[in-house]
Amino acid sequence: MIRISHIHKCFGRLQVLNDVTLTLSKGQSIALIGPNGSGKTTLIKSLLSMVVPDSGTIRFDGADILHGWSYRAAIGYMPQTGRYPDNMTIAHVFDMMKDIRKDTASALDEELFHAFGLASIKNKRMRTLSGGTRQKVSASLAFLFNPSVLILDEPTAGLDPVAAGILRQKIHAVRDEGKLILITSHVLAELDDMVSEVVYLQEGAVKFHKTLSQLQKDTGEQKLVRAIAHVMQTAGCHA
Amino acid sequence: MRKIVKYVVLDILRNRIVAAYAALLLVITLTVLNLEDNNAKALLSLLNIVLIVLPLVSVIFSTVYYYNSVEFIELLVCQPLRRIRILLSLYWGLAFSLLIAFWVGVGVPVLCYLHNETGMLLVVSGSALTFIFSALAVLGSVLMRDKARGIGFAILLWFYFSVLYDALVLFLLFQFSDYPLEKPAIVLGCLNPIDLSRILLLLQLDNSAMMGYTGAVFRSFFGGGGGALVALAVLLLWMSLPLWAAMRRFNRKDL
Repeated sequence: MIRISHIHKCFGRLQVLNDVTLTLSKGQSIALIGPNGSGKTTLIKSLLSMVVPDSGTIRFDGADILHGWSYRAAIGYMPQTGRYPDNMTIAHVFDMMKDIRKDTASALDEELFHAFGLASIKNKRMRTLSGGTRQKVSASLAFLFNPSVLILDEPTAGLDPVAAGILRQKIHAVRDEGKLILITSHVLAELDDMVSEVVYLQEGAVKFHKTLSQLQKDTGEQKLVRAIAHVMQTAGCHA
Repeated sequence: MRKIVKYVVLDILRNRIVAAYAALLLVITLTVLNLEDNNAKALLSLLNIVLIVLPLVSVIFSTVYYYNSVEFIELLVCQPLRRIRILLSLYWGLAFSLLIAFWVGVGVPVLCYLHNETGMLLVVSGSALTFIFSALAVLGSVLMRDKARGIGFAILLWFYFSVLYDALVLFLLFQFSDYPLEKPAIVLGCLNPIDLSRILLLLQLDNSAMMGYTGAVFRSFFGGGGGALVALAVLLLWMSLPLWAAMRRFNRKDL
């Protein structure tokens, strides 16, 4: 569904993505893991063409995304830190999104909007919201249009345990519908029963792309946390 | 696209600065028009104020508004929308709001008091300057990621076009006073939209007689129908070129 081939990206002299090649297909739920600054967010932003790679191509359903824009209708994106216009209220933001996508959107999925209790605070301005509430807004927006691809950048960071639970449940439900899910997270324990594949990024390059069971077999560890720790240690030895 | 323009315009109109700008222009216009009983003189005073205040407010407000809309842009960029449309919507929203303020503050009263060609020309050139300086502001803000630098650039831009440019032209005219400079003077006039508007209006007001031979050349060039068309085309270029450059840059910008 998404084919990333040989993308490079530099910010000034810093090489952030270095020859990344990945194929992500429908029905997979993929954990994108890597140390801080390994290029996870940049990779995600290139998928949304918020960042334009210096070279290489990204194909979505076979079409190059460089000059495309309509493919984004199929993607729900939850940014790491959602930034919203200060003086819009929650209701404004949702109304505007629905208004803009009126032509392309099919059925709306407002489950999270209600589950997070956003309806009761919908007249609050975005400026006054806490980081966690902002995350709730981002999550609800990502799922709102029933996208076939979900890209979640640190989805549960900053959420309280109850909200994080609701979101995890939602991710499970969506995964069972056979959608493509791409998650980055540093809370590896929560990824265990969520993902089927693991992509490990280091210094802008893909170290490996394996299924979870393969990774468990290779490292001899059952838990993702330990498996990744194992990988990081052995990588450290080689360096 | 119309939807995004609507959101931007509503957001700006709720912002009291544009209302204050309209009120300021209205007070100035009414004062000048009521104090002077000579219409031509009134228009001349008004022209000088408008040519200073309007570019300044347009360029600074547009720049600050762009930087404040960074979140809004980020929100829209990951939606199924063309990037060019997002930027253009922001620009049209800005330009329309400032234009409304200008019409409320200057356009309507001037057309009520002096319904002649000259008043009309003041309104048209003021509107053109609003579009031009918003476009320049959008270009500057797209080029510069840093807010302080962007606003500094906007202030310099205004300073250059309102003050520095005239000094440079005077310097050139004095340095090369032994040569026939009438034709280069027309080109120099076209290189600054504020000067171009001023020349167009002064010609209408018959003050061009005070500008000597250069004034006569201006009169023969811009006074005719062809010259007016050229002036209009130049003003359009001043608006579209920065906008085009901004869109090119914005299309490949990392957000």
